[in-house]
Amino acid sequence: MAVTVKTFASASEAAGALSSDRTARYLGGGTLVMRALNEGDVSISTVVRAEDQALARIDASGPRVTIGAGVTFARVLAERDLGFLHAPARSIGGPAVRNMGTVGGNLFAPNPYGDFTVALLALDATVAVAGGFGARDIPIEEFLQARERQAGTLVLSISCTRPVSTEAFRYRKIARIKPKGGSVITLAAHLPISGGRIAGARIALGSMAPTQIRARAAERALEGRSLDAATIAAAASAATEGTSPSDNALGSAWYRREIVGVHLRRLLSGQE
Amino acid sequence: MSKIPLQFRHNGRDVAIFVDGGTNLLVALRELIGDMTPKFGCGQGGCGTCSVLIDGELHLSCLTLAETVAGRSIETLDGMKQGPNLHPLQRAFADNFAAQCGYCTPGMLMAAKALLDRNPSPSRDEVIEAISGNICRCTGYEPIINAILAAAGGRVSA
Repeated sequence: MAVTVKTFASASEAAGALSSDRTARYLGGGTLVMRALNEGDVSISTVVRAEDQALARIDASGPRVTIGAGVTFARVLAERDLGFLHAPARSIGGPAVRNMGTVGGNLFAPNPYGDFTVALLALDATVAVAGGFGARDIPIEEFLQARERQAGTLVLSISCTRPVSTEAFRYRKIARIKPKGGSVITLAAHLPISGGRIAGARIALGSMAPTQIRARAAERALEGRSLDAATIAAAASAATEGTSPSDNALGSAWYRREIVGVHLRRLLSGQE
Repeated sequence: MSKIPLQFRHNGRDVAIFVDGGTNLLVALRELIGDMTPKFGCGQGGCGTCSVLIDGELHLSCLTLAETVAGRSIETLDGMKQGPNLHPLQRAFADNFAAQCGYCTPGMLMAAKALLDRNPSPSRDEVIEAISGNICRCTGYEPIINAILAAAGGRVSA
């Protein structure tokens, strides 16, 4: 079925068109929306696009990093200043998908996708959106909790604070096919250390709930402690708390619950 | 619904077509231009057999909205051979038995070309990474990897 394609020069015009039409979807890199159209998704009758250079901008020079929603994973990988995000970017798709898929679109990618968002959730990113109400910033956790209702908002950019060291941010994606494959589970951990103790631990999990979630019990087990074997064991045993994984072709819910603690332990102890 | 006029470069030749809203580039290439080299596999971005180069960059044509390529340069497998001569990658695929049923081959060749255009002497790992978005159910990948390495190393007959 033919759809109406509306292309705008500015993101704000596109946001207006998106918020006023319930059947409209924003087309970024195409890996989600074109796929839906190819599958005959009749809920989409309008496709909205914006050719706004602001959506493709990367500002990675300072301690606070801002990435336009339209930036592809290939561009993240080409940006030396975004080195801390290279592991999650590289874990997505093959080269063609990385040339197309965008940071903004990844926020909407359902399981077993959305790996980059797991990293951004651990980094406590902020999502800048524009809707009928104007532009505003939303904490990524809040954005994800209301993801089903976000179809009418346009994501402009994502920003986060650069981790202080490479040790402080860790990422691990478990896939059955290497180097490319959907996620069995995905884990990211931000572990700022202050005076030898973890201060402000954030653990994010992918494919362990309908959206990416934080492992709050594991975070509590780490908070204020040094990253020793006992602390890591406590965090690993708390990893399943609050999770609600599903069965899919890549793994069962039972399997995901069984392995998430194992992989969290390996991630925290720095094992390959 | 009205048709949308679209112009772009297809293997070095200017083309002009009319597309319906929402038409993907694969359908435009196959049904409107008659270039049957990019194949329809999954329509989901999972298999890679529809791979083409857009301004030299590897893209999945089935997930590309046709009208977004206006004014851009599209390369498909159809434009790879030079006159009557096979491209060194095509020759290497033939020599190394890298095609069995052949359905993945157009995408594999475009992914390989995208790699060699940027990196003329890749490592084995770089070749594996370059074709990681392309699925082959026949060969087990080894002959394809060997063919790409052979083409890169100039170890190709005539």
